Formats: sequence, structure tokens, C-alpha cells
Amino acid sequence: MADTGYLSGVHADLSLTVDGRRHELTVDTRTTVLDALREHLDITSAKKGCDHGQCGACTVLLDGRRTLSCLSLAVAHDGSEVTTADGLGADGALHPLQEAFLAHDAYQCGYCTPGQICSAVGMLEEAAAGHPSVVTSDLGADLTAGVDLDRTEIAERMSGNLCRCGAYAHIVDAVDEVAHREVAR
Amino acid sequence: MTLTPHAMGTAMPRPEGPEKVRGRAPYAFEHPAAEPLYLFPVQAAIPRGRVTAIDTSAADALDGVVLVLTPETAPRLSDAIDPDHGVLQSAQVHQYGQYVAAVVATTSETAREAADLVRVTYAQEPHVAALDEDSSELYGPDTLVTGAPADDTRGDPDAALAGAAVTVRATYRTPMEHHEPMEPHTTVAVWEGERLVVHEATQAVSWTRQALAGAFGLAEDDVDVVAPHVGGGFGSKGGTHPNTVLTALVARAVPGRTVKYALTRQQMFDLVGYRPATIQHVALGADADGRLTAITHDVVEQSSRIQEFVEPTAAFSRGMYEAGARRTTHRVAPLDIGVPTYMRAPGEAPGSFGAECAMDELAGALGVDPIELRVRNEPEVDPEQGLPYSSRNLVACLRRGAERFDWSRRDPTPRSRLVDGWWHGTGVAAASFPVVRFPGSEARVRAARNGALGNGAGAPRYVVEIAASDIGQGAWAALTAIAADALDVPVERIDLAIGDTAFGSASPAGGSSGTTSWGAAITEAAERFRDKYGDDPDDGDEADATTPDNPWAAEYAMHAYGAHFAEVAVHADTGEIRVPRMLGVFAAGRIVNPLTARSQFLGGMTMGLSAALHEESVLDDRFGHVVNRDFAGYHIATCADVGRMDVEWLDEDDPYVNPMGSKGIGEIGIVGAAAAIANAAHHATGVRVRSLPITLDAFL
Repeated sequence: MADTGYLSGVHADLSLTVDGRRHELTVDTRTTVLDALREHLDITSAKKGCDHGQCGACTVLLDGRRTLSCLSLAVAHDGSEVTTADGLGADGALHPLQEAFLAHDAYQCGYCTPGQICSAVGMLEEAAAGHPSVVTSDLGADLTAGVDLDRTEIAERMSGNLCRCGAYAHIVDAVDEVAHREVAR
Repeated sequence: MTLTPHAMGTAMPRPEGPEKVRGRAPYAFEHPAAEPLYLFPVQAAIPRGRVTAIDTSAADALDGVVLVLTPETAPRLSDAIDPDHGVLQSAQVHQYGQYVAAVVATTSETAREAADLVRVTYAQEPHVAALDEDSSELYGPDTLVTGAPADDTRGDPDAALAGAAVTVRATYRTPMEHHEPMEPHTTVAVWEGERLVVHEATQAVSWTRQALAGAFGLAEDDVDVVAPHVGGGFGSKGGTHPNTVLTALVARAVPGRTVKYALTRQQMFDLVGYRPATIQHVALGADADGRLTAITHDVVEQSSRIQEFVEPTAAFSRGMYEAGARRTTHRVAPLDIGVPTYMRAPGEAPGSFGAECAMDELAGALGVDPIELRVRNEPEVDPEQGLPYSSRNLVACLRRGAERFDWSRRDPTPRSRLVDGWWHGTGVAAASFPVVRFPGSEARVRAARNGALGNGAGAPRYVVEIAASDIGQGAWAALTAIAADALDVPVERIDLAIGDTAFGSASPAGGSSGTTSWGAAITEAAERFRDKYGDDPDDGDEADATTPDNPWAAEYAMHAYGAHFAEVAVHADTGEIRVPRMLGVFAAGRIVNPLTARSQFLGGMTMGLSAALHEESVLDDRFGHVVNRDFAGYHIATCADVGRMDVEWLDEDDPYVNPMGSKGIGEIGIVGAAAAIANAAHHATGVRVRSLPITLDAFL
């Protein structure tokens, strides 16, 4: 075959644990985590919106952190743990953020929603761990007890997840409710 | 008949919600298929000309490639189809990005690689891709895409303008915009003998079926189109685009195999429609008391050379205000680019930007409050049709919004409020959108007393079938509520089934018409069912109906109305513009589902904010392509762009619009939103921005 400049047809064996279930698979080394889930494992909770890390619809928790699965090559994540929106709830129940999204109607078409929810889960943990954002007002403050999430902080930290239906106002309502319920707990 | 609301008017969570928040609700690409094949297209790299040669040898040689189709090898389509549906039927190229070949392979990676290996040679011909209002190619179309006349003149507007005490003349520009729903356009197609089965991202399963049956010379009954969940559309998934025909064409060449094709985000800037750019010359004349004596709204806008689409931009000005004389015209530039299509409030969205900014300018010229100016020009009867209104509560919307926005304390002087380095201002604009009813939706009601859906001797359940689409607007919930009220049973006893041509024909989720058109059909079917079987039917009893005509259609003008209020802050040094607060007050008949309706209004306002501040498809007229062809370049509003955004609606009892008393609400939220923001930006800074989007350079 002519030299095409592609490294095609190179495959790798790997394992991924998705929503608590371990899978062994063989993938083209160009396959993303997102395509490994959707095309190889028929796990379609994470969505493909842009395939370029610009929309956030593919957001999953990869080894506990929110990650754009379309920008992650599967071969680089052998042995990793992936949690999709379908694996967030315990024992088949919905996660509190999922309940809040339903109650506030924080979605319309639903395509960006699993990514929004995974992102919100990861974001709340980041804030609890004291990660500042660009709108965190006092960077000199001791944030080890967590960042207080007002609506501006929530909106800023959720801005990697686009929603063309324009559910943002309700998304902030939903995340705000869970953030402050968790703080109060 | 008019329904008595029980379920209607009560907040109802979406029945499909639990599946959506888990990511289990299946969108088109996600329907299971055994060993599917993946399509990746080859797209034209020139705007106009013809393909002289295609070398597929390198692609053919790649492991995993099943087929490479070119215009020479593709199956033939019927001739009687839309010009841009004739994919791979000739060597002619009429736009950049047009499909010129397609690869099918066993994996998506291989298909994409192989498509990149196809070598295409072209003979380019001269093209025009710039919208130029002095172009000799401009022409006057007969009709707008709505079917209304392209031009309409009442009285002598030029004489009225010449004699007016105060006039405003200005030119407003709106850009080419792309819908970009989060779910890419997707087709999953398989031929089972002479039957074509398609899972499609569509707002209109019936329209898709009709287009595919036409393209392949099939009876409509031999095409199944399925779309239970659709990831947004905003108009771009209404009509059928070349991608759907291409996928079915390629699948025809591999019978029995499922072929999947989801557009890349970049391809969505080429082939699935857009809102055309407009240049709007608006003139308003008024007497010294602020009563309009003349309105002219003359539009030049782009379309495609191969297929006309006339955005109804100035139609907004035909019915909004009373004026002694009025002229609205549309001139079209046929460009060598893709075909425009409906995008959320086609016509009203761009047209209201020109018209409602001009009203704000007139208020300033007169020294009259902009709300008061609108109130003074409130028509007695609809100025376009001469009919009384079924209901029109624009003034009430303006008054209620003014109250909530503390309008009475507003200092009208522009550039008068500087807070912490930001100029602040507030603005208002009015909105309207017609009540649209499409004919031809078939609804069926069937009793289920046995089996999985029934409960034996207990109360009957009702299966309600209609080929409606839920693209996020909330049809699953709204139609369940309407069916429950029409059958006078609780919503728990309704099993709604939508999104499948197995249920017959239905009109699209478009034109804010779904609830009216589908709801009227369901109500009619339920009425027939109850007439025939009463409230204690036997298992399997069924009745059906098609959307009835509205007997009041010729008696009343029917529109929803609204008022937008916006607060804008512009940074005094950098020109950065923010919108900390928006309020929309709407009068849209009965609100069927308050929970999802609020989302629809907010969604429209958010898209209006996005249009005001961000959206512009930059067309490079040298090559005829959109340069900023992804979300890194084509910005849409993000979560952080939205400040306090609130919605309120007024109770409105309208017995004429449909049995539900509802008006469409999917689009009115965007109408006027950008004008309110531009008007607020003027109040904040004294700078009048007449071109969208409003970016910081305008204030420096």
C-alpha cells in the first residue's frame, strides 16, 4: 500500500471499567474513549456533539475527574474507570443531580444532559477540593474547606458544556440546589 | 370543541426525563444495529464547477473499505426531487462542501481515512458568494417561504414619510447564522428488500419519508422513518437535507447492511441549512404625537442559486403596528452556496431586529418613552388581514414587564449610568409570532384493557399514536396532557406513542405549530372515540382523526405576543458587553405545561441573547465556505453568558385558536430579544449598533 501518512490498522487490546463493569476490547489506536464506549461497547450515555472538545456532550468521569471523552484516546486509558451519567446513581436510583435536573426541567432535547450532569458531579468535587475558577474573587483566601458556589461560580464552572436549547438558567438552578443541599448536609 | 383543562395548565415533568438524564433515551445514531457500516463523505473543495476525475484507488485499497461511491457508480435517483437532494447524480458542483463521493467502511476511523485518500479533480467556474445589495443578479421573488407575497404596499408610504413630522431612516444588518443543535444530523439506514428503514434526527418523520420515497421512487408505505428522541433542531432538521439522501443511497448499494452517518460539526456548516444574512432598510414616519404615519421595511437577503428560500424578514412589520401607509419588500441575491432554511422564528427573528430597533430610535427622536410609543400605535384590527384579533395582549405584556423592570424610574438619557467602570442601560422590544396550524396530522386513540398495557377489568388505558416529533420542546408531556383532557382521564392512563411513521402522517415540529396541529388531531380523535365507545370501551376499540381545519381561521387574526426587557452593561474601557438581566413577558393563550413552557421561553431568549452577542457565520466569498465552522469559531451563548433571566406569562383565554386555547411558544422567545439588547446597549452607551452580533469594537 502507498504511504498515506496514516498509521492505520494498528490495534491495541485494553480494558475499561465502565459504570462498574469491566470490559476487554480491541480498538484501533485512533479510537477515542467516546467511540470505544459508543461503537465498541454500545454504551451510548455519553454523546458526540462535536468530537473536538468544544461542546462537552461527551463528558464522563474518567478515574474520578470530569473529562472530554472525545479528546481522550482509548489506548491511553487502559485499565481506567469510566463513569457515565448512566452509572452515577446507586443501585439503579437517580443521582441527586439527575433528580434536580428533572425537577427544574434543566434540559430540553436531552442530548447535552448526560454530559452536563457528569460535569456538574465533577465540578462540585473540584469546588469542594478548593479549586478556584476565573470568577473566584479572593484567590488569597484559604480554599481548603471548599469554594462557596454562588450562581456566578456555578455558571462559570459549567460553561464547558454547551446547551443549544438554552437550558442554562435552569441548569444553574438545579446545580445550585444540589450544591447547597450538599453543603448543608 | 374547547377542552376543559385538568392536566393542561399543571406542571408535568417530561415522561422521558429519567431516560434522558441517564443518557438512555435513544437518539438516531444509538439504535442498535448488527455490524453496522460507517459512511464518511468526500466534499467539494470548490464553490461552482464540475468534477472532472475522481481517483478512488488508494481508498479502495484500504483494509475495511467496503465501497467508494462516486457520481459514476452511485445508484440513480428519481429526477423529481429538490435540486440539492440529487446527491452523486452528476458531476456538477453547485456549492462548496457538496457531496462528491462517499466511502463506506467497517469502522468510522477507516471510513474517514479512506475519504481523505480520494483524489478529486475539478474544473472550476466563476461563482458569486458575497451578499451585495448592488448586485445585478438581485431579483424580486413572487412569494416568501411562508407563501405570502414578497412585496406588499398599502397607501403611499413615500409621500407619508415626506410629510411626517418625525422620521427615522436606518439600515440594519443580520448575519448568516447556523442552527447547530447539539445532536448532529444523523441517518441510520438499511434496505430490507424494497423497504427502506431509517432512524433519523428529524423534526418531521413524515416529511423525511416523503422526501426519501420521492428520491427513490418508492411508495411512502415502503419507507419507515423512526425518531422517538431528537437532540434539537431549531429548523435545521425540518426539511430533508442531502445527508439523509446520501446515506439511503449508499445503503442501497449494500442491501441488508445498516449504514450510519452522523455529520461532523464542521459538515453542519455546509449542508443542513442556515439563516440567511439580511440587509434591512427601515423607515418610520410619525406625527408629532408619535402616531405612525408610515412604515417601510425593504430587505435584501441571500439565497441559493440552485433552490430559492426567501426569508420572510419584513413580514413582522406587516402586522405589528398601525400605520397609515406601509411598504414591505424583499430582494434576493442568488449565491453559489448552500440552501438556507427555516431557523427559529424565520423572518420574525431578523426582521424584529430591524423593526424594533427602529421603534426605539423613533422613540428617541420623538422624546417619547419606547413603551408608550408602542402603546400609541396599537392596532384596532390586524393591519395585514384587516381582521379582529382572537386575542392580542401586547400592551399588557409591556405594562407588566415595565412594572417588574422598574421602568418608571428609568432615566431615558443615554450614557447616564456608570457603575464601577461599566455603563449600564435598559431596553425593551416587542415580539409576536403567528398561530400556525398545519393540516394533515393523523391521530389514533385505542383502548387497552388487556395485556401489558391494560389492567383487565379496571379502568381502561388509552394508547394515543401520532407521528409527532419531540426535539426538546416537550411534546411527550404536552400531548399526554392534551390526550388526558380530551379523554377526560388522568395522565397516568395515557400511553403516548410518537416519532414513527408507523403511526401515519404528521406535520413537523416547526413553526411553533406542533401543539396546535397535533393537539387538534388528538382532540378530534378522542371526541370521535368517546362518541363511539363512551367512557367504558372494550379492549382494542379505536378511532382516528386528522387535524381539522380551524373554523375561525377566516374570522380572526391569531398571534402570540410578548415583551422583552434587557439590562446591558458595557465596560467603559474594553467595550466588553454583558447582559446581567433579561425578562420576557408573554401572552400566548393557555400554557399547556408550565414546567416545559418556561424552558421553551427561556430557550428562545437564550438563543436571542446568543444572536445578539455572538453568532455570525463568516462566509469567505472567495471560496464560498464558512470559515468559523465549529464551536471554537462559531460562538454560541454559554452558561456564563446568562445572567438573571426570567419569564412570566399572562393568563389569556382564547377560544378561537384551537381546542386547547394555546398558541405556539417555541419561537416567540427569540423574537425581539436581540433588539431589546441592542436598545439597552444604546441606552447604556449612546452608541447605536445596527448590525448583529454586537461586539466590543462597536463601543471603542
